[in-house]
Amino acid sequence: MTMPPESGPGFLKREAVPVVVFALLALLPFVAVLGAESYLLSLVTRVMIFAIAALSLDLILGYGALVSFGHAAFLGLGGYAVGILSAHGQTDALVQLPVALAVSALFALVTGALSLRTKGVYFIMITLAFGQMAFFLAVSLAAYGGDDGMTLSGRSRLFGLDLFKNDRAFYYAVLLALLGAYGLCRSIVVSRFGRVIRGARENPQRMAAIGFPLFRYQLVGYVIAGTLCGLAGFLLANQAEFVSPAYMTWQRSGELIVMVVLGGLGTLHGAIIGAAAFLLLEEWLSGFTEHWKMIFGPFLVLVVLFARGGLMGAIRRLGGGGHG
Amino acid sequence: MAEPALELRDLNKAYGALTVTDHVSLALPDGEFHAIIGPNGAGKTTLIHQISGLVPSDSGSVWLGGRDVTGLSLPERVHRGLVRSFQITSILPGFSALENVALAVQAREGSSFRFFGRARDEARLNDPAMQALEEVGLGKRAGVRAGLLSHGEKRQLEIAIALAAQPRVLLLDEPLAGTGPEESAVLIALMQRLRGRMTILLIEHDMEAVFALAERVSVLVYGRIIASGPPAAVRDDPDVRTAYLGEEGG
Repeated sequence: MTMPPESGPGFLKREAVPVVVFALLALLPFVAVLGAESYLLSLVTRVMIFAIAALSLDLILGYGALVSFGHAAFLGLGGYAVGILSAHGQTDALVQLPVALAVSALFALVTGALSLRTKGVYFIMITLAFGQMAFFLAVSLAAYGGDDGMTLSGRSRLFGLDLFKNDRAFYYAVLLALLGAYGLCRSIVVSRFGRVIRGARENPQRMAAIGFPLFRYQLVGYVIAGTLCGLAGFLLANQAEFVSPAYMTWQRSGELIVMVVLGGLGTLHGAIIGAAAFLLLEEWLSGFTEHWKMIFGPFLVLVVLFARGGLMGAIRRLGGGGHG
Repeated sequence: MAEPALELRDLNKAYGALTVTDHVSLALPDGEFHAIIGPNGAGKTTLIHQISGLVPSDSGSVWLGGRDVTGLSLPERVHRGLVRSFQITSILPGFSALENVALAVQAREGSSFRFFGRARDEARLNDPAMQALEEVGLGKRAGVRAGLLSHGEKRQLEIAIALAAQPRVLLLDEPLAGTGPEESAVLIALMQRLRGRMTILLIEHDMEAVFALAERVSVLVYGRIIASGPPAAVRDDPDVRTAYLGEEGG
């Protein structure tokens, strides 16, 4: 019908950030210098995996104002699905991935159904508690390495082939997953469902008086976010060829929140940029000193204080779009 | 005899030792414009909260078109046609005026578990929303962010949101609160137009407006209805004059 055109110069201007980000990511394997290639590739692969996790968190945190402090649990669930299955000889991604997603979705459904009955600080605390539960469960899995975690025999296979063994192939698989996750989130945010989630962030009482029982919408949003993060966990286990309880520490959950806030809440591509900024800064600063957090902490404070809307907010202001 | 559109049967509510709603019973026939007046602290807003389902009642029941809705939540009552506005403006400030109303259309019709397609471009949602906006006189402000509307316009917007839900019974909680004389005039004219199209329960401080609009008026004092009837009769009721209008005797 009378939809505004989605193409033309307006499109490129509006979508400049994601277009540039994805173009850079797609070209990186070609421009990487041969010697440092594998190091750079694996670093950026990690960045993209955490970008998926941050993206999934942004969906409920940025758009739904649901501050989940246990999101890293899903990284671990996705990772352990890979680890445990491959320990039993099941190395095919076509089995591992659905299991990783299903376990994450189920965990999100159960913990979300309980957590979402609370609000504000209580929601933060209860999601933290569930995250810690998952963490200690992993620690107690003596058969699968317990505290130390477990090394995988190799990356997941696809149709019995070792496709992901090649770092480049794996890089592009992760890029594809990131692109898919980003596209899905973009679609959800502007859909009918996303509008309900965003409305709940603005004024939950008004939404109830309009006729929306918010609980079920927020629960579905929570399950979507958890499942997407489970995908990131599946990829992370494959990237590192290792899983351990460290995937789901509460510090890791905190880092995911930092990535989203750093990039700019509720922007989606901000989550990608935030994840990149966080991990690259960590990498770079830790090259100078092991006390890199002494520098990173104040930097974060400055961003939160002075760059309203995170890095995306700063980019928008530089781009001349004056409204915030 | 037809079932009343809205009926309250012996509603009670207490906060600790403080009784805020005291054995309130009231029946509104279909299409009636009924107003509840009362001094500050009489429990008017609590009563609206109880009727709409925002606050549970201690005892008593709420009936909508002959059906007991006491056990239903606020959103469920909205789907049965019992819709309310708020005394303190309650809108989605970051959404456009049109989207505020389109959400109400979305809640009423079809599923909101749709994850694809831009909700903002759906004519099925926008056309009825636009109609409601024009009805309250905000047609030209459809694209404006709701947070940037004037106070009076926000009050109009709230009524548009309520209308888009297609209420059988509309609860208006002090729609004139905080408005200037010109804004009041617009809102009073709007309520005048709604008269008879649906059953309306209005809570209001502005006596002039109440006596101009309502077919029946009930007076709430300390959570209890002390008088109920046509405006003229209520105005002359000696109990009302003593308790509410603050006059000593005749």
